[in-house]
Amino acid sequence: MDPFHNPFIAEHTGRARTIPLEEFSPANPKYMEMDVWQPYFSRLREEAPLHYCEDKIIGPYWSLTRYKDIMATEVNTRVFSSSSTFGGITLMDQREELPMFIAMDQPKHDEQRKVVQPIVSPQNLESMEKLIRQRTQKVLDALPHNETFNWVEKVSIDLTNMMLATLFDFPFEDRALLTYWSDSATANTLGGGHIDSEATRERILAECLAYFTRLWNERVNAEPGSDLVSMLAHGPATRNMSPREYLGNLVLLIVGGNDTTRNSMTGGVCFLNQNPDEYAKLRANPALVESMVSEIIRYQTPLAYMRRTALEDFEMHGQTIRKGDKLAMWYASGNRDGEAIDNPDQFIIDRARPRQHLSFGFGIHRCVGNRLAELQLRILWEEILQRFSKIEVVGPPKRVFSAFIRGYTELPVRVSR
Amino acid sequence: MPSATFIDHAGQSRTVEGPEGENLMRVAVLNDVPGIDADCGGECACATCHVFVDEAWLDKCGEPSELETSMLSFAATAQPNSRLACQIILTSALDGIVVETPAAQH
Ligand code: FES
Repeated sequence: MDPFHNPFIAEHTGRARTIPLEEFSPANPKYMEMDVWQPYFSRLREEAPLHYCEDKIIGPYWSLTRYKDIMATEVNTRVFSSSSTFGGITLMDQREELPMFIAMDQPKHDEQRKVVQPIVSPQNLESMEKLIRQRTQKVLDALPHNETFNWVEKVSIDLTNMMLATLFDFPFEDRALLTYWSDSATANTLGGGHIDSEATRERILAECLAYFTRLWNERVNAEPGSDLVSMLAHGPATRNMSPREYLGNLVLLIVGGNDTTRNSMTGGVCFLNQNPDEYAKLRANPALVESMVSEIIRYQTPLAYMRRTALEDFEMHGQTIRKGDKLAMWYASGNRDGEAIDNPDQFIIDRARPRQHLSFGFGIHRCVGNRLAELQLRILWEEILQRFSKIEVVGPPKRVFSAFIRGYTELPVRVSR
Repeated sequence: MPSATFIDHAGQSRTVEGPEGENLMRVAVLNDVPGIDADCGGECACATCHVFVDEAWLDKCGEPSELETSMLSFAATAQPNSRLACQIILTSALDGIVVETPAAQH
């Protein structure tokens, strides 16, 4: 049986073609979970590139689905704010948004971002490469052979939380907490997981803050170090942050370094299984790993969208986005826009310009860790090719119930030499 | 057509020509000059077309916009003569401009 056979896609493709556009709700978390989002977004790109939805749970919001429109909105920070004061970067409005630099406008955003930027400097990446490679080798060498296991748990989660622990200089034995906090920060309360309410989320994130406050206190009194906690504790723009702002920036860095890379690590295995010709191409020419990594990140688009809030009325596609309206820039859709990318629904590991994709965002909020993410994925695939002739997906992937995080909780695989 | 010289990190220099009005990033990419990534395609939104402009030419390039200044402040290895190549428009006044590309675009 084909593990990627999707029993829902035919029905949703039909539905996406026929229902009135007013009935579209692009941010329905089920679409990503069931992997049926594409036909809806392809019709939106075609017929309603700026779409308005009155959603009962998250409130009314606009959707942008074309590559070019998203790019133009990204650089128009005067009109489109990221600030947590207006609701931040996700569609759901919280009673009290967490302040974090991705959810700040200029100039504060720039000042805080600059504090953590050195963690991914070219020199730092170079010095981390060896460590990342050793760990990756260890994780891969420990995998069982000819036995089914969950790739998400044994590889993707393990590798990403080790990386995060290093970046924060976080106690290694406790590193599973980082994954737990990351998942807690992003979980949809209706997803049936451990985060069943905002109150539960707050309680768990308070534990995260308490833990990290201990680390802060240790490091603020020590010489400035090269880990993220020390950088924040000593950085001119961050050393006087309120505890909530510290928590916000921690959540940003944890989620930013965790979910995204983890899900791309899993996505790559899926895409190569769905495209055996590309897998053969890769084995015949391992030098393609580098361009494949960018293609995996495009194809996965681990963060489906980012939200902005209009600071003034704005005309687009003959409609007016009103001051105060919220807007989702659907990266996942822009990355499948045929006007910007040739054969966008095809997974092609040797594209001419593979880095032209929206997954990292563009403009001043562009992902600060993009090169590190690429490095981790590149090393993973280089080491996989050294070891396994094949990673075979043997059961259907389970995807996350979320409109924001495009990810996996389970991917049953077998590896063979 | 005005010409532009790109010197890579290893010191190798390449002189290419481009039509007036074209930006320096595109002139490089269209002529297969290595060392310029241009992930955003010239929207001043990625800072992966970062170059160091030869001091003799810096003033002639005009002032960077606010957005360019912000983007540059996030580029690794930014220096006072850093610019984004996609924001420099080739004109006859810039005929012969010399820029250096960094070790890596980041
Ligand atoms: S090409 Fe992206 S900033 Fe110049």
